[in-house]
Formats: sequence, C-alpha cells, structure tokens
Amino acid sequence: MSTLAIDKAGPRRNVKYGSMSRDRIWALRWSYFFLSLFAIIALLPPIYMLITSLKSSAEISAATNPWWVYHPTLSNYIELLTSNQFLRFFWNSAMISVFVVAVTMLISVPAAFALARMKFWGSATLATGVFLTYLIPDSLLFIPLFKMFVMFGDWTGIQLINRWYVLLFIYPTLTVPFCTWIMIGYFASIPKELDEAAIIDGASWFQTLTRIFIPVALPGLIAATIFAFTVSWAQFLYPLVFTTSNDQLVLPVGIITTLIKGDVFNWGQIMTGALLGAAPPLIIYAFLMDYYIAGLTAGATKG
Amino acid sequence: MAEVNLRKVVKRYDDVEAVRGIDLDIADHEFIVLVGPSGCGKSTTLRMIAGLEDITDGDIMIGGDVVNDVPPKDRDIAMVFQNYALYPHMTVAENMSFGLRLKHYPKAEIKARVTEAARLLDITDLIDRKPKQLSGGQRQRVAMGRAIVRNPKVFLFDEPLSNLDAKLRVQMRIEIKKVHLKVRTTTVYVTHDQVEAMTLADRVVVMNKGRIEQIGAPNELYHNPATRFVAGFIGSPAMNFLPCRLEEVGGRLHVRLSDRIVFPLPPGRAARYQSVKRDDKLLLGLRPEHITEANSHAEPGVEAFDAVLDVTEPMGMETLIYFTLEGSQVCGRVNPNAGARDGGALRLAVDLNNMHLLNEVTGAVI
Repeated sequence: MSTLAIDKAGPRRNVKYGSMSRDRIWALRWSYFFLSLFAIIALLPPIYMLITSLKSSAEISAATNPWWVYHPTLSNYIELLTSNQFLRFFWNSAMISVFVVAVTMLISVPAAFALARMKFWGSATLATGVFLTYLIPDSLLFIPLFKMFVMFGDWTGIQLINRWYVLLFIYPTLTVPFCTWIMIGYFASIPKELDEAAIIDGASWFQTLTRIFIPVALPGLIAATIFAFTVSWAQFLYPLVFTTSNDQLVLPVGIITTLIKGDVFNWGQIMTGALLGAAPPLIIYAFLMDYYIAGLTAGATKG
Repeated sequence: MAEVNLRKVVKRYDDVEAVRGIDLDIADHEFIVLVGPSGCGKSTTLRMIAGLEDITDGDIMIGGDVVNDVPPKDRDIAMVFQNYALYPHMTVAENMSFGLRLKHYPKAEIKARVTEAARLLDITDLIDRKPKQLSGGQRQRVAMGRAIVRNPKVFLFDEPLSNLDAKLRVQMRIEIKKVHLKVRTTTVYVTHDQVEAMTLADRVVVMNKGRIEQIGAPNELYHNPATRFVAGFIGSPAMNFLPCRLEEVGGRLHVRLSDRIVFPLPPGRAARYQSVKRDDKLLLGLRPEHITEANSHAEPGVEAFDAVLDVTEPMGMETLIYFTLEGSQVCGRVNPNAGARDGGALRLAVDLNNMHLLNEVTGAVI
C-alpha cells in the first residue's frame, strides 16, 4: 500500500497530447497546397477557353486584358449551334463513339472472360499479347492501316476511305486491347469459387458471364466503357487521315479544318466548339465517377 | 440421393501425382468426411467428384453411373465452398434459387423450396438481404441453403467451416449435423480438422500423400488405427510414440522403453504380440488419457512409474502434463487435483491394456 502512495505522489510527466494531430494538420496543409496547385494548372485552360468563347472576334484581337470579358456575347455559341455543319460533326462523333463503345464491349468482355477464366493452351501468352498491341502508337499504325483500306477498296470495290464508318473498324484497334486488359484484371479478381459455384448450379459459360461476371464486375465494365468512349470521342489522328469531306468529319477534326482558314484562326468559335465538345465526356464522368474510381482502384486492396 | 463410388481414381498434374489411385464406396445417405493434412489430395478428390477437375485415371460413379466425362451441372451435385462463394449481387433468396431458375423450375415451386430451406436453416428473416449484409455464419447457412434447395444426389462440402471463428465453428458443426439428419443426402465433406471429422462423420476417410490411409467409423479410427499416421492424426492431444523393444523376462513378454523402464504386458496384449520379432524396432503408442496419475490400488495392466514434469496445462476438467521420457516428449492427462505442477515430480501410471505397438520402419500398427 505504501508503494502505491509513493507512486501517486511521484513527479508528473509532461505528456504531449495531440502531437499526432499536429503532424496530421501539416500533412493536410501540404495536401491542400499541392491540390490547389494542380487544380489551378488543370482548370486554367478550360477557364481561358470559356472566357474566350464569350468574346467577339473584335474583342479577342483587341489589346485588352485577356482574362476579362468586357462585352460578353453568346454569338459564338449561337453561330455554332445553328450551323448544320457543326451539328453534323457532333452527330458523327456521337454516333461513332456510341458504336465503337458497343463494338468494343461486345469484343473485349467475352475476350477478357475467356482469357481470364477459360484456361486454354496459350491463353496467358495471348493475354499479354493483347496488351502489347496497345503499346503500339497510332502514329505508327495509321499509314499501314490507310494502305490496307486502300488495297481493300481496290480489291473489293468497297470504298471505306473518307466514310465516317471506316472509323468503326479503326478505333477498336485502340479500345479493344486496353478494355480487354482492364476486364481481364477485373475478372481475375473475382474468386474462382464463384464461377465454380455457378457451373455446379448449372450455368453455362455464357450464363456465368452474363449473370454472374458482368453484374459483379460492373464497376470495371463502366470504367472500360468510359475509357472506350473517351478514346473514340477525342481521337484526332485517325479521323484526320481517314476522313476528308466535311460531312464525314468528327468534331475535333471538324473544328480544326473548318474554323481555321489558312492562317485565320476563328478563336472564339474554336474555343466554343472545344468547350461544347468536352461537355459529353464531362457529363458522363460526372454521372459515373464513383463507378469509374471503383473500377480503377479494383484489386488495390483486398475485400 | 445416391451412392458414390471411386475406382482407382488418379489425379496427376504434370509430374505431381496429387491423388494416387483411391478406392472409396460411399453408401446412400452416408456422411463421409475426407480428412488429412494440407496437400494430401482430399480437396482434389472432392473436386473430381464435383467435376471441377478432370480425373487422370480410374472411374467415378454417382448413383451407379460413371460420370468421368459428365459436366458438373449434369452430375446433380451441390457444393458448399470454404469462402461461401455467394453471388454478391443477388439477395439470399436469389442466391438460393439461382440453380433452379437456370433450370426453369416453376416459380411457385422455387418459392416453396427456398422457403422450406430457409426455415430449415433458420434464415427466413434474411431472405431479402445481400451477402454483404450477413455475418460469416449466416453466409455459411445461405451457402448450405443454396445446396439444399437443389435437392441433389450428393452434397459436397469443401472445408466449409475454416473461415469461421472457433466458437461459431462448433455451432455450425452441430447445425450441419442436424441438417444432415433431416435431409439425409449423401454427403462428402472435406476438412483438415480431425475434430470436425470425428464429430460429423458416419465414416472418416483419412488421407495422406494422395492415398487413403484408413477408412472407418470415428471411434474405430480412434481405438484401432491401422497406421502410425492415423494414430498420430486422429485424437488431440496426439498419441505418444515411444521407441521400445519386446523382450521375454521370466517367461512373460515385456516392453522395454529404456535400461531403466520396462513394463510387463497384460496377458491379452502379450498373446497378440507373441509373434513379433524380439529385435524389431518398435514404437509404443499411448494416448494421453492412458497416462494418468497413479492410483493407490494397482489394476491389472496398469503400471506405475515416476516422472518429472516439464510443463502442465490446466484445462479445467483435466490437466495436461508434458514430460520427457528417454528423449521423447510425452503428454498425459491427469486429474486437476493430482498435484501436477510445472517442474514437479509425479507418480504416473500407464494403462497398457489400451496400448498400441507399431513397427517403426513400416509405420503399421501391429
């Protein structure tokens, strides 16, 4: 008992509470600093685009503060949105992207399922091969591809060059390998017992894919969809090469070819067109963001 | 409901033989447990019965039909997996009815079967939940429910309780036994836990290195193991093995453990071991419960000796004692009031009426 009393009266230790939280506060401050920095870097161009799009051509070329709109006008928007040509570009882009997404998913989801689950001879090599094809840049491929379609036209008489639908054959060379790769990773993270349970329950391979794998891997599927859409929507080199007539152009190429005349840049409309063109992916991202992130970080942590 | 027969079943992966020709006859309604250490081929055997693994050689028959090349869905089996393998995007009811819906059963019958299985497993309240919202034990019940609604010929369980904590495991073990008593479907159950095997099985199949060591009822394996592996694997704490020799002293057969320790064999045992060569290297097998504190009155076949204990483990109803005898650690079970303490001396008695004698070279129980 006496020792207890001595302990109680012993010298007090000066305990520093909250040192952990002080570290945390500094970590947060640095995080916010860098986040703000990156936000500024990322957001300045679109803000500049917005500002420019609200100006008349006269104001753009005038020597005023470029970061301020003195006489805001919607004339650029009205002109573009009432121009049949611009709407045609928009329509071409939308149709191609939607079709490419559909084609990509129809190919890459079953392909990924087969490569991830149906262990057949050479499936691992094939899976790596699929990814390797993605590593070949389009700037290397467009000339041989162009040549191929010209030869195809010569032999069969079916002219595909300068038709918007030629892009439906070409874009999947970019989207299918990557989407297949994403989906292989996603399918591989599904426990093996799940398809074994389905098989024992009487499901065929196709039913296992449609009724178990696709619903379970939905976040990954959405991530792949967004990727395929973004790639086809933003593709520039291939449509520039393969389509030339104004009515066959997609949005990015259309803006460049019709709004730049020689050395005259119609900046107001270029910026407006680019902003309007950026809207659809932005809207899709906003709606599917949670799924997209879940898809990208899948397999990063267990459970 | 059906019997399952395995005839010289072999599974070979490249160079490794996982299952080396096993024969097994499982009767209708029987609850068979395959038990053994990891890598003994028990799961592979189960997966071959399920059709998830091809068999390299031999035949598997379910209900008298050879099913070697029959796909899993046509074998009329149901399987419960270690990690439950519930479909995460379906509710409990959808999980349970998935197989029936694939086979286009009438809706009313599906509902009736799911309701009945849910009632049997006491998960009626959970029927609309997703697997994520269930505890481990509840998921296990759903996995069993999914098997039951199919009303298959054979249930296959692949270490179904390994992911549960110890307490829940005991509870689910009893649940599984209750369910089997009600539905009476032929069951093949794989586990590495010999307690699970003993408590659940009608017959236990002990496997080791791709072969069947012994098949028998739990008590038969416990009291009459055929090999050293079975003797050591079944029972906890494990059987003690002490190097020994047989010798004849004054016309009576004795077992000699060391220069100092020699026990006369009880007449029943002596008769059995009469033909054993005197210079064979032997092992004396004694279960811990046959090494107890010495009584004041000597019983036939019970021999007393003195030991210095290394450690003791009080378990409440008994105390486990560990001591060293001629270099081998020996475990015994004594009464908690026998005065056993760490490092203390204690007079112990071995019950030789329950001894086993093993050939050290072949591992066979004599």
